[in-house]
Amino acid sequence: MSDLSDFDDMYQEVIIDHYKNPRNSKKLSGNYDETKAHNPFCGDEIELQLIISDDGIIEQVSVTGRGCAISQSSGSLMSDSVYGKSIEEARNINLNIRSMLKDEELSDEDLDSLGDSYAIEGVKKFPVRIKCALLSWAALKDLIDKH
Amino acid sequence: MDLEKIRKDFPILKTKINGNDLIYLDNAATSQKPKSVIDSLVDYYEKYNSNVHRGVHSLSVKATDEYEKSRSKVRDFINANRDEEIIYTRNASESLNIIAYSWGSRNINKGDDIFITPFEHHSNIVPWQELCRNNKANLKYIPLTESGDVDLDKFKSMIGAKTKLISVTHMSNVLGILLPVKEIIDIAKSTPAVTVIDACQSVPHMPVDVKDLDCDFLCFSGHKMLGPTGIGVLYGKFDILNEMPPFLFGGDMISEVTYEDAKWNDLPYKFEAGTPNIADAIGLGVACDYLKNIGMKNVWNHEVEIGEYIFNKFNALDNFEILGDKSKEERGGVVSFSHNKIHPHDIGSGLDRFGVAIRTGHHCAMPLVRSYGIVAASRASVYIYNTKEEIDIFIDCLLEVEEYFK
Repeated sequence: MSDLSDFDDMYQEVIIDHYKNPRNSKKLSGNYDETKAHNPFCGDEIELQLIISDDGIIEQVSVTGRGCAISQSSGSLMSDSVYGKSIEEARNINLNIRSMLKDEELSDEDLDSLGDSYAIEGVKKFPVRIKCALLSWAALKDLIDKH
Repeated sequence: MDLEKIRKDFPILKTKINGNDLIYLDNAATSQKPKSVIDSLVDYYEKYNSNVHRGVHSLSVKATDEYEKSRSKVRDFINANRDEEIIYTRNASESLNIIAYSWGSRNINKGDDIFITPFEHHSNIVPWQELCRNNKANLKYIPLTESGDVDLDKFKSMIGAKTKLISVTHMSNVLGILLPVKEIIDIAKSTPAVTVIDACQSVPHMPVDVKDLDCDFLCFSGHKMLGPTGIGVLYGKFDILNEMPPFLFGGDMISEVTYEDAKWNDLPYKFEAGTPNIADAIGLGVACDYLKNIGMKNVWNHEVEIGEYIFNKFNALDNFEILGDKSKEERGGVVSFSHNKIHPHDIGSGLDRFGVAIRTGHHCAMPLVRSYGIVAASRASVYIYNTKEEIDIFIDCLLEVEEYFK
C-alpha cells in the first residue's frame, strides 16, 4: 500500500511550510495597489496588495486569502519571489511560472528567477490543481499590468 | 444481498489506484458498471449493430426489438403505464430541458410562478431560470423551516392559479436527504401546475413508482444507475406528452414529410429525433435487470446502512462537520462533510493517493453549498458494492490526510 510519501511531489515540504506559515501576510498601510483573485468553483481566494516605487520596484507585498494548500502556499511563495523585484522582473517570473506548469523548457537563468516558487513545479502532474497554483500569479499579473 | 458476489460483477473494483485497491465513493456523480452491462454494449456492436425503426433486414429487426424491449424494462422499473411514456434522452439535464422548452415555452406565461426548492442540482435550476427570463415568469423557492425541512404550510400559502410548474428533487445529491415529494405533488393538485421530479438520486437507489407518486414528469440518468453514459429518461404522463410539440426535429420523429410540411410521429418517437443511442439504451435495460434482480428495497436498505455507518464515524471525529444532519429514515448513502481548516481539494487529492475516490467542490449545487457558509465540500456517496470495511479504510485515510495538513 502506498502512502502519502509520493504525495510529496505536489505537496513539497516548502509548500506545506508556506501553507502553515504564510509569508508577507500582514496587510499594508499607505498608498498601495490592491486586487482580488477568486475561483468560484472551489472558493479559493487571494488578496494581493503591492506598493510599487516610482522607479518600478515592488517595495512591499501582502498576500492573504483562504482556500486549499496549493493556492495559499503558492500565494506566499509568490510574495517572496517578487519582493524587491522590478515590475519587468516580476512579469518575467510570472511568465516562467506558467511555462514551468505547462512543462515547457526553461533556461537555468529562468529557473533561478523563480526562487522558492520553483516548489510548485510538482503541481504540473496534477492538472486539475494548476488553476489553484496560478491563482495568486493571476492576481499579480492583474496588478502589474496596470503599471 | 450477496455483497461478495456483487463486487465480483464489477470489473473496475479490481483496479489499483496509486498502488491501492480502488474505494469508489463517488457514486452520486456516476456509478460503476457491472459486467453484464459492459457485455451488452459489446454484444450489440459485435452481433447486431444496425439502425432501428427503418430496415426490414434481420439485424435492424433485432436492434429495434432489443431497443424497444429496453424501453419496456425501464417502464416496468418505474412502474409507468405505457412504453410510450418513456422517452430516451442523453441524460436528466436533457430531459428537464425538453420539459422547459417543449412544455414550458407554450404553457408558462407572463406573471406565472414556477417553484423549485433550495436543494436542487444546477440542472433543475438553470432551465427554469432561462424559461422564466424568456417568458417573464417568476422562479420561486419552496421555503424552509428553521430545521431545514421544506415548509409545506408556508408553501401552501404561496401557491394558486398562477402556479404552473413545480420541480423538485427526490433526493438531494449534496445532503442525501429525501424530500417529501408525494406531499408536494398532492399539494400541487390544488393548482393548475404540472409536477416534475428530478429522480437522478432516487431511481438508482430506491423503489420509485410513478403511479404511486402521481407526478406529471420524472427525469433520471442511466449512468448513475449502473447503465452507460449518454442515456437518460424522460417519463411523462401520456396525455401531457401527447400535447407537447417536438423538441428536436428531423428523422424518426415524423410520420409523413412532404417538401412543404411534416406530420409528427407518435409517442415516444416524436421526442427521439435522429438515430437514437441504441447501444446505451439497451445497456440501460440490462442495468434495470441487474438492479431488479437484487431488488430495489435491498439496494436502499444496504445504502441506508452504509450511510448510517459513515454518519456515526463522522460524529466521533473532531474538526469535521456533516452538512444536513438528518435521521436515518430521511436520508440515503450520501454524506457531505467539511473540515474546519483543510480545504476539500486537499482532502480529495490526499484520499486519491490511497485509492479513495470522493467528490470535492460545489457538487453542481452552488447555492445550496453556499447556504452552509462554505463554497466547497467533500462528499462520499455509496452504492450496492460498497462495504463497511471500505468505509473504515476511508476514515483511516482521512485522518492520515488530516494529520498531513495539520
